[in-house]
Amino acid sequence: MNRLMKSKNNSGKEEGEITSVVNRRLFLRSAGLATSLGTIVIAAACNDDDPDPMIPGTGDTVDLGSGDVGVLNYAYALEQLEAAFYTQVIATPYSGMTDAEKTILTDIRDHEIIHRDFFKAALGDKAIKGLTPNFAAIDFTKRDAVLGAAKLFEDTGVAAYNGAGKLIKDDGYLVLAGKIVSVEARHAAVIRDLINPKSVDFAGDDIINGDGFDKAVAPADILAAVKGYVKDTITGANVGK
Amino acid sequence: MDIFKIIDDFQRIDGDAAGRLEYATRRHFMSKIGSKLATVAVPTVFASIVNKAFAQSATAIEVLNYALTLEYLEDEFYKAGNAAANLIPASDKAIFAQIGKHETQHVAFLVKALGAKAIKKPTFDFQYGGAFGDVFTNYKTFVTVSSALEDTGVRAYKGQATALKADPQILEYALQVHSVEARHAAVVRRLAATVTANPAMKGWITGKEGAVPAIYAGEENMTQGGVNLKGLASKSDAAVTEAFDEPLTKAAVLAIAGPFIKA
Repeated sequence: MNRLMKSKNNSGKEEGEITSVVNRRLFLRSAGLATSLGTIVIAAACNDDDPDPMIPGTGDTVDLGSGDVGVLNYAYALEQLEAAFYTQVIATPYSGMTDAEKTILTDIRDHEIIHRDFFKAALGDKAIKGLTPNFAAIDFTKRDAVLGAAKLFEDTGVAAYNGAGKLIKDDGYLVLAGKIVSVEARHAAVIRDLINPKSVDFAGDDIINGDGFDKAVAPADILAAVKGYVKDTITGANVGK
Repeated sequence: MDIFKIIDDFQRIDGDAAGRLEYATRRHFMSKIGSKLATVAVPTVFASIVNKAFAQSATAIEVLNYALTLEYLEDEFYKAGNAAANLIPASDKAIFAQIGKHETQHVAFLVKALGAKAIKKPTFDFQYGGAFGDVFTNYKTFVTVSSALEDTGVRAYKGQATALKADPQILEYALQVHSVEARHAAVVRRLAATVTANPAMKGWITGKEGAVPAIYAGEENMTQGGVNLKGLASKSDAAVTEAFDEPLTKAAVLAIAGPFIKA
């Protein structure tokens, strides 16, 4: 027994070093999105006088729950953020918003509100509370800022649904998630086309990998990435488990 | 032997490869790195990863070959369209080059994943038995067929999600391709709105709006999770149908795609 323990410890050290290299590589690859979001949140939250990147929370901790309920609440949380964002975009249009842009952004707002309310209804008394968004980092008067944030939210939404699909146990919920994720991908493409019309950006090499795959990101990384946009503290350790 | 290069390569085709490695080989493999046993162990371990990732069930193979059929179709369609002189206006060339690139990548991935089990590329008839006779000479027809293919692709992948539940990693790949097809569909629908002067064609599908009725049948569905969403959040019926894309069964997709396939 002693000998076993010893050999386990010995190999454990080496193993730890090796897997940490592997994990770092994987993390850098899969967290490209999280990193870019995180950078923007931190950059926006900082000013010259205050290097502290922390954004004050409401003090509320919201646990998404476990199993399929956890996945649905996770989707509900993200849809809440998106719905709140586009509601603000339409309530305070950026300077120079064209009619065509307003039509598109209003459509997207409506889709996100429908997604949000659908999840709320589907979850019933298992639904998490209404979250308190924090969009202080977004200048809603500027087209670039608004469309840039929209792009991040939509790409994040796609990656989140893609990463959560395999956690869903119920066939009906899996199909529902599928019905929604492609609409989020349509949003992402259209927003990207507004930013860079007629370019390759609608499905750009920054987001689609060399196998022609969109991103799939695990809940923990998505929650870390959107943290700066919510005042509440969201915990999703048991989503899908 | 560069173990990290190999892991990286696998990571590119199998997002969870290292997770599997870590799990399957924690005791038997990692501790032996650096020893002469590593060179023997490596191929065995990777073979088992490949099997786990790509050959877990007959259903998965069937689904991947079904996907491959559609990707072959799309790939060849864009290869022909992108190569045709005076078809795609200069302003739109970048879009179709990017879409074509992805379809080629999807074919390559699926062929690699299926290995010897991959089906052969069929022979296609993009004129659809004469219905789209000018598909490679008339941009309007080309854009119409492109939007039809992309929206079909979205519905087809979506329809297979539950069949892949037993193979979570393959399900994830399918989802990652599915959303790319949706990005394609959105941008091509917007082109179609201009080219065919039909403003009802938006990036998302309103009701069952699209040029080929069979492809959009059922997209006007208002019921989700067994609940009629009419009036949800005081939004219009149009918005409710736009907010959800609908799946298509394999039979329906093959009925739509059938006339494109000669043999």
